[in-house]
Order: sequence, then C-alpha cells, then structure tokens
Amino acid sequence: MSMTDEAPRVIDRMAATAGEASPEQAMPAPAAERDVVFQSRDVNVYYGSFRAVRDVTFTVPKNEIMALIGPSGCGKSTVLRCYNRMNDLIKDARVTGAITYRGTDLYDERVDPVEVRRRIGMVFQKPNPFPKSIFDNVAYGPRVAGRKKDLDDIVENSLRKAALWDEVSDRLKDSALGLSGGQQQRLCIARAIAVGPDVLLMDEPCSALDPIATARIEDLMQEIKQDYTIMIVTHNMQQAARVSDTTAFFTADVRSENDTRTGILVEVDTTQKIFSNPSDERTENYVTGRFG
Amino acid sequence: MVSRLVDDRSRAAIAASIERRRVDTRGLLFKVVLQSCLLVTLALLAVLLVTVALDSTDQLGTRLWDFLQGTLRSRSSDESLGIHQGMYGSLWIAVIVAVLAFPIGIGAAVYLEEYAPRNRLTAFIEVNIRNLAGVPSVVYGLLGLALLLNGQIFGLDRLTGGSSALSGGITLAILVLPIVIITSGEAFRAVPMELREGAYGVGATRWEMIRTQVLPYAAPGILTGTLLSMARAVGEAAPLILVGAVTGRLGENPGLFDIGALDDRFTALPIVITSWTVQSGRDDGFTAAAAAAIVVLLVFVLMMNSAAILLRNRFEKKRG
Repeated sequence: MSMTDEAPRVIDRMAATAGEASPEQAMPAPAAERDVVFQSRDVNVYYGSFRAVRDVTFTVPKNEIMALIGPSGCGKSTVLRCYNRMNDLIKDARVTGAITYRGTDLYDERVDPVEVRRRIGMVFQKPNPFPKSIFDNVAYGPRVAGRKKDLDDIVENSLRKAALWDEVSDRLKDSALGLSGGQQQRLCIARAIAVGPDVLLMDEPCSALDPIATARIEDLMQEIKQDYTIMIVTHNMQQAARVSDTTAFFTADVRSENDTRTGILVEVDTTQKIFSNPSDERTENYVTGRFG
Repeated sequence: MVSRLVDDRSRAAIAASIERRRVDTRGLLFKVVLQSCLLVTLALLAVLLVTVALDSTDQLGTRLWDFLQGTLRSRSSDESLGIHQGMYGSLWIAVIVAVLAFPIGIGAAVYLEEYAPRNRLTAFIEVNIRNLAGVPSVVYGLLGLALLLNGQIFGLDRLTGGSSALSGGITLAILVLPIVIITSGEAFRAVPMELREGAYGVGATRWEMIRTQVLPYAAPGILTGTLLSMARAVGEAAPLILVGAVTGRLGENPGLFDIGALDDRFTALPIVITSWTVQSGRDDGFTAAAAAAIVVLLVFVLMMNSAAILLRNRFEKKRG
C-alpha cells in the first residue's frame, strides 16, 4: 500500500514549487547559485505517532557530493530514504513537509514512486546483490524498465563506470554472490547506474567494507560525480571530509522524559567550513571528536 | 623461560584450577537420556518397517507384478488380487491436490504476506488458517460430503460424479490448503529485506519485485512444504471414507493415466490398507496383502519426498 493512499500530509506546495530558499533558511552561497536538484522544506518523518525526524530543510546542488553525518540514531538514513520514496515501504511511515526534485514535489499524489526510483538510484549499507549472475544483476533495472535491446552495452558501460569491468568481464555469467564484499558493492553501484539515474543515494555504502575497498568506492564517487548528484550517509567523518562538497550535520534530540530520540538538522555548509569552522557548537564538538 | 610475575607455586595453582578434575556425571546422564530418546524412535520405526517388509513378502516377493496389476477381491487367495485401483486413486488424488491446492495456497500466501495490510482482520485470518491446519481430517471429509457429493452447494456433485477420485482429490486439496498457505507464507517471510529493497531501489514495481526476487528465493521452502503436504494428503484415509471411497465392486481397471475414470467410483491406498487389515480377521492371507499395500504406499511417499529434496537442493543452489 503506497503512502499516498492513507497518509494525511501537510505540504506547503507554494513554497515547494517556488524552488528557492526563504531568507531565514538561506543556503550557503555556492549552493544557491548552482542548479538545485533537491529542495527539502520542513520535512518530518513519523513512524506511527513517533516523530523520527523533525523539520529538516536544505537543498542539494547538482553534480556535487553531499554528505549526511551525525551520531547513530539521528535520522540520517531516514532522511536519505525520503528522497527516493523508500520510506513508502515501511508500514506506518509518514512524511510531511515537502521535498522537491528539480521543482516537482516528490510526494505529490500524481508522482509514481517506481519512476522516482529509476531516476534516483540507491546503494545500500550492506552490499545486496541479487542471487543471480553478475550480468543479470546489472541488467535487472533496465529489464524491469522494459528494456530488451543493447543490454550488453548497458551492462558493460555500467560496470566500467563502477570500475568493476576489468575484474569481472570474463565471468559475467558467474553468480554475483561469489564476488568479494567490495566488488559486490561496486556491482550494486553498477546496478544502480544501469537504470540511467540522475541522482545516487548512498546509505553508508562502505560500512561493511575494508579500507582498500572503501578507498576504491570513494575514488569511484569522485569519478562519477560529473554525471550524477550524490547524497551519501556516512558514519565516517574522514570519509565525509574526503569525498563530499557539502555536509549536513544531524544530531539526535533526546527527550529523557519519554526516552525518544528525534533527528534534527543542525547545520548545512560546505564540507570545508563544517570541518574547519562550523557555526554551531554541536557540530564542532562532533567533528572534533568530543561527542558522538 | 617463566616470567618473573608468575612464580612456580602460583603456576601450579593455576594449572590445578583449570585441569579437568572429575567426570561430569550429570552432563553424561543428560547425553545418555537424549540418545535413548532417539534410539526409542528409531527402534519403533525399525520394528514397523521390518514387520511390514517381512509380512509383505508373501505378495511382493512371489507375485509383485500381478499384485501391482490386480484388483480388489473378496478372497486373499484370488490370483487377481492387487492394488491397481488403489494406486490409480492415490496417484490422481496427489495430482489433483497439486493442481488445486498449490496454486491457490501459494497465491493466497502471496496476497497475505506481500499485499494485505497488517491489521486486525488479516491477523484474525492468519490465526484461523493456522487453526484450520489443525482441524481433524475427518471434518474435511464431512465438508467434501456436503459440497461434492450431496450437492448442497452449487450442484458440484454433477461435476465430480459423486463418489469419485475427483471428489477425494478436491477434499484432500481443501485439507492441505491451510498447510500450503502457512509454509509458503513462512518461506516468503524469510526473503531478506535487502533483496526487496534492492529490487525496489532500481525501479521494480511490487509485482516485478515479487516475481523476480520473492518467488525464486522462497521456491525451495514452498516446495518442501507443499510436497510434504501432498505426502500427507496421500496418506489420509478418514476423509476419503466420508466421500465414499469403496473397498470392492469397482469396475474394470482403468489405465494409470486414464483420466476418463476420474469421476467413477474409486478407492485409494490408505482405504485398501484399512479394508484388508479389517478383513485379515476372517482371512489371514489379507495380512500379507495389507503389508504389501503399505510398502507400496511408503515407496510412493518416499519418492515424493525425494523429489522434494532434489528439487529443493536445485533451487537452493540457484539462489546461491
């Protein structure tokens, strides 16, 4: 059951479609001047009556890598999953506020989540190749999109972009489950790329990988960012500092009286500023390792 | 060389404290009890198999082919005595169960697990399906009697020809339906969330996700459950008695694959076994005949279970 069937939502459509930030939520100058891919405004995510994320507002500029960082349980992944309607799959999950993708409200009832996910691809925390051949994994997206021709080319190009082609070109028919963890994750990136997305959402893509495999994924992100806009959730602050152009710092607002944690966005800025001279004390404490 | 921190005396004390000092009697006793539980089970099974096998030699050892070709007779010494009609009934009951119960049961499970909202109504339905799986089989026989023979509903008796292999098969299909739904549902629930998310993440619709991820991944589990339920259906006697399986006066032997006889009067292996065992009181020769029929039924069920295991292993290899 899709969320649009049941969930009452409050959407400030005027603000959502205007596509520009209001003065009090002004974005850092470089971002505001470029093409904006996503604009979120006052996004709240509820699981049942529990509010997991509160009033998140920020923009994501085109062809940049935006990192979402913060301590565990601060709602980074929950926020990320709003951007390709992945939260629709969770029963009782409800999103309020507005998220626009290139000017269109992602949660408008006319929007088809399946189409959204073809444009906004996702790479998950744990490499999750399908129990099929390497070829069939990459060809999966194009196939469900009804594509039958040129699958060989699509698979090869996607695997090349994911820097995996040289390692697997002679065993495309082998099971993807025989690959190493790092190769599996690059395969998942190739699988996401094969659909021809515009944006890649990466939910802690390196958390299950060793440092060498992590470095390869990070290099890969730098290589493909000219073609894609990337949002990455990471626990690893060094990773955020290395790969991202802008960083959003989240933290958890803990209510001790009923023991609930609600994720809040503390600040968004260029990665350099977040890590060298953040405006908020909580950010500074986190990036310097005094908290979290 | 010994470090200065651990002198010889304390080293001896440590060694003494970690050395095995006594026999662990309780642990041993526990292990022996567990072993004897297993032994009792195996012994009972062995006694059953051995007696049945020994008893059956009179028929299977001397006239195997005639026995498989023969018909129900009133005297055990009759040279045309055999279980062809019982095999015909059981074979087609199994086929009808497979054709009816599997698609309907798996379909219902897909809906319950993948589409239906989680609310009180679906929870209620699930509990009741589980209860249905525990309802005594004779009750299903009554349902078959009312539905398929007496024509109380929809006049289905005209379709099935009343007491027939078709009626028996449909009744047993209804009997195993809850089991098929439950085992398939469990197989669906075991499909990892990561696979579902992976498929949705590249733009699969729900139907595509189910077809390409859930069904292939769950196939081994579904298969095991459904084939075991088929084995159960083939072993049932009580519901068949109620839908009118007979123990004699059947017409000509139909060919094993002659579907024209599906709406004729019928019998099945468990019925034959029961009937011959009852008759062994007045005619001792039926003991051997009943034992032989049991062996045939066991071989039949064993073949089905082996097929289930082989197919499951193949599917499991496929999913890696």
